[in-house]
Amino acid sequence: MRYVVAAIFLAVFWIALSGHYTPLLLSLGAVSVVVSIWLVYRMDRVDGEPNRLTPSAGLFGYLAWLLWCVIKSNVDVARRIWSPSLPVRPVWARLETEVETPLEKTLYANSITLTPGTLTTDVRDDHFLVHALNQEDIDELRGGEMQRRIRRLGI
Amino acid sequence: MLLLEILSGFCLLVGGFLCVTGGIGLLRLPDFFSRVHAAGLTETLAAPLLLAGIMLQMPWSLDLLKVLFIMILVLATNPTATHAMAKAALHGGQEPQIGNGNGQGETSSKA
Amino acid sequence: MLDAAILAVLVTMVLALVRAFQGPSVYDRILAANLFGTKTVLLIALGGYALQWHSFLDIALLYALVNFVGTIAVMRFFEYGSDTEEADNGGAR
Repeated sequence: MRYVVAAIFLAVFWIALSGHYTPLLLSLGAVSVVVSIWLVYRMDRVDGEPNRLTPSAGLFGYLAWLLWCVIKSNVDVARRIWSPSLPVRPVWARLETEVETPLEKTLYANSITLTPGTLTTDVRDDHFLVHALNQEDIDELRGGEMQRRIRRLGI
Repeated sequence: MLLLEILSGFCLLVGGFLCVTGGIGLLRLPDFFSRVHAAGLTETLAAPLLLAGIMLQMPWSLDLLKVLFIMILVLATNPTATHAMAKAALHGGQEPQIGNGNGQGETSSKA
Repeated sequence: MLDAAILAVLVTMVLALVRAFQGPSVYDRILAANLFGTKTVLLIALGGYALQWHSFLDIALLYALVNFVGTIAVMRFFEYGSDTEEADNGGAR
């Protein structure tokens, strides 16, 4: 069932990228969809339990909030770069985390990296190593709002 | 359509400005790990803003969808590439510089 | 506006090239090269739109993919295959 959904998605994706509707090109597209599905099927046998992120309203809400965070920290970093005295004090510190599932960890680490000013350098069981341009950025992460929002997603 | 024009011009201008800011940061910041932040600046907001700028000017067509794909691709691959670079640099013996970033800050002894 | 944006992207590419030539470490160079690649994607997309060459968007899409894979590949290489360059590094095999 999952493969059918994936095949339909791939077909739509292919048509959107191609924009040609001649029989030859359509059959080539069909062949590539079949080959991709076959590869996914083979990969699934290697990868024991695949993790899937299903799109939901909460996820899009989180992404919108993340976008706002990205904008805020972009402005902050841009201001620091342009100010003549270059007010950056890089820190590299442990960030205690409470996220448990692999998906939550991935999302959290990627969100931290996507926000300019903070960068996940290592992911461990109960903590991340985070490099930040300033102490305030780390303090904001330790405040834990991002983590709470991710845990609320329940993925 | 004047509103779209203005919005698109705004996106292009801010995107271009952030782009140059990232470039300047890449030159000014003191060590590798802080330069990563400057590079992130140009990829997380500047690239989507520039692409959104041309999307707002485009007529409805498949091209619009393609630009959207480019935007999603850049946003999705950026953290992975950044993380790979930071990890490889740590592995390769680079230590983040801690402190005021003038070159004399002590390096951390963690990890 | 479009011209200004293209100019900004070009200026950023020059700045990235300066960092790529200066170094000092190999990672700085890769970082600059990755940034240069992303800016190339933007330049192709913006330029293709400015000139109304629609197929340029496909090239930009492809370039974004190649840039990502290339960065990852080079980083894997330097992470695990750099015995010659950094002999004192305990992590390298």
